[in-house]
Amino acid sequence: MKRLSSPETTEATESAEPETESAETEAAAQADPEALALVERAQQRFGDNLAGSHADEHGVVLRVARDSWADLAQWLKDEGFGLFNFLSAIDWMISPFGRDMDSAVDTALGSSAATGTGDSDGDDDGNDDDGSDDDGDSVVEEAEGTGLAGGDSRFQLLARVNDVNSHRSVIVKTDLPEDDLRAPSWVPVFAGADWHERETWEMFGINFEGHPGLSHIYLPGDFEGNPLRKDYPLLARKVKPWPGIVDVELMPDEGDASDSDQGSDEGDGEASAADEEQS
Amino acid sequence: MAATDTMTAETPAETPATSATTPATAEQMRYIAAQAADARVNLEIETEGMTLNIGPQHPATHGTLRIIAKLDGEQVVSADPVMGYMHRGYEKLAEVRTYPQVTTLINRIDWLGSFANEVPFILAAEQLMEVEAPPRAQWIRTILFELSRIANITLFLGDMAVQVGAVTPVFFAFRDREHVLNQIEAATGGRFHPNFDRIGGLKDDLPAGWIGETRSAMRKIRRFCDEISELVEGNEIFQARTRGIGVIPAEVGLAYGLSGANIRASGVDWDLRRDSPCGLVHDQVDWKVWTHPDGDSFARFWVRLQETREATRIVDQLLDGIPGGPIMAKVPRIIKVPAGEAYVETENPLGLMGYYVISKGGLVPFRVKIRSASFSNVSITPWLLKGVYVPDIITILGSLYFILGDIDR
Repeated sequence: MKRLSSPETTEATESAEPETESAETEAAAQADPEALALVERAQQRFGDNLAGSHADEHGVVLRVARDSWADLAQWLKDEGFGLFNFLSAIDWMISPFGRDMDSAVDTALGSSAATGTGDSDGDDDGNDDDGSDDDGDSVVEEAEGTGLAGGDSRFQLLARVNDVNSHRSVIVKTDLPEDDLRAPSWVPVFAGADWHERETWEMFGINFEGHPGLSHIYLPGDFEGNPLRKDYPLLARKVKPWPGIVDVELMPDEGDASDSDQGSDEGDGEASAADEEQS
Repeated sequence: MAATDTMTAETPAETPATSATTPATAEQMRYIAAQAADARVNLEIETEGMTLNIGPQHPATHGTLRIIAKLDGEQVVSADPVMGYMHRGYEKLAEVRTYPQVTTLINRIDWLGSFANEVPFILAAEQLMEVEAPPRAQWIRTILFELSRIANITLFLGDMAVQVGAVTPVFFAFRDREHVLNQIEAATGGRFHPNFDRIGGLKDDLPAGWIGETRSAMRKIRRFCDEISELVEGNEIFQARTRGIGVIPAEVGLAYGLSGANIRASGVDWDLRRDSPCGLVHDQVDWKVWTHPDGDSFARFWVRLQETREATRIVDQLLDGIPGGPIMAKVPRIIKVPAGEAYVETENPLGLMGYYVISKGGLVPFRVKIRSASFSNVSITPWLLKGVYVPDIITILGSLYFILGDIDR
């Protein structure tokens, strides 16, 4: 077999080829103008198909229409984002199960939030205002319920790419209508999307058109259901009580609060009062 | 086995990853073409194919990864990794656990460098809560982060030699890794699963005498690196078995999402510790990112060897300058994370690891997407194993260095 003749192994710092387009400075990578310029270019490229965007000191989030999902991958690659980081999905539905078998303390403290117990209102569409009664500490100014860069569907695709030369990164999303869960595959552009799309297909039931072979990756071949969907029950919690319940101990000043309160607002107030006195 | 410049349908370069542009070096392309020529010879003499099942229980797979290799003679026509034997569903389980409970789970992702798993998750939660750990906590965090790296990679340095037939170095690795594990245990109470990182800081301060002992452990690790260097790195058999085996051109590696030492061994000068520092203090010390232009198995071994040495340097410098002060910021005792989304990634021992945390304002995360390094690193194997010889499968798998918990999550 033919071997490569390798150079001296003493010093090898410079990358061989991708050094050409690293004109961006490291300082500019973190700065907001750079991020805003990227959003601007996306706006020019995708026009109305750029459904939402978000830029802050932590990075850029772009949301495009599903029709532009395949074009987006190529555009990102042309923009210099050569490293495919991950691809996954989000199910924005509020879990109809909550945290099964929570302790009384958990339910009292958490009932105001979306993660509460059982969701008595039965409101299951992803963008409800379930968390409205603890709005005080919300830091999301975008659409209620569906996170950065907004969105209005139950399922969202989520992906991230990095630029290893100028150290930028971007998170992209797209909305998928619930009755038509499919999206164009990224495999022709980023070969590494293969396994990530298989995982997303398996866990969320989202079809990727143009994928070379969607098949189970983690689960057995005859597995039914999509485990990461919120309406897929976590059976372990159904058959065996959560041992973590015993770990939650009441503080003296909270014990009477959770005993007495029925409404979630009181319990919440007590919790935040306890929070403040805590160092 | 003459090298030709023509490509056939059997070439690995035929996959979509490189179809557009392949600015791989001429040497790399010649190597790929040579392998293609070998494959073509086999086709001409019409050998009968066979299927070789490697794993799920196989020493070279570090766990339960199964590889179904279709062979033609001694060469692999296609290799199909099968995983999921250890899938534990952490992303689902995290949705019913409070934030402090989640760290118990994610300790088990990369079990050789457990503490490093906790860091990006805690940083993401801190970002959502707009809490910052005090300087002392950040420094100790960074020290433990690098100790995790050493505990993880020392095992690779010994193990890589085992994959190509040398048994001795792995005993050295286990012997000297113990010094680091002892320090992790002394500081955190857990040898393998520290569960030490907290939102807003750390569980405890360092015990008395820890700094001096860690310094001496770092000296032992540097001596271990020298031993490995003498025993393995310059060994003629080792070089013959690893040089030119499993060459990954940089563009292909990037398209498959390779990270960490795997991508740096392909000449990509990118390290999140230096390029996107987030919550850790690597920018406070003097250190160097090592790359290697070859992209073969030897380069991956070599880069990791240098990184281990570099990590001991980082730890030594950090030990000199640990600032005083508290180790916990003011956080509520019951952690409720405000609604929002955060993604934080760090340069973990195995590569880039990140957590996409979505909170709806409650006690538990709404969704946690775990981006683990090995999953992407191994996803290149169907491309990479095409056309290689059977013994090289083991070399390549060893050099990619994955932990099954990091693939299956």
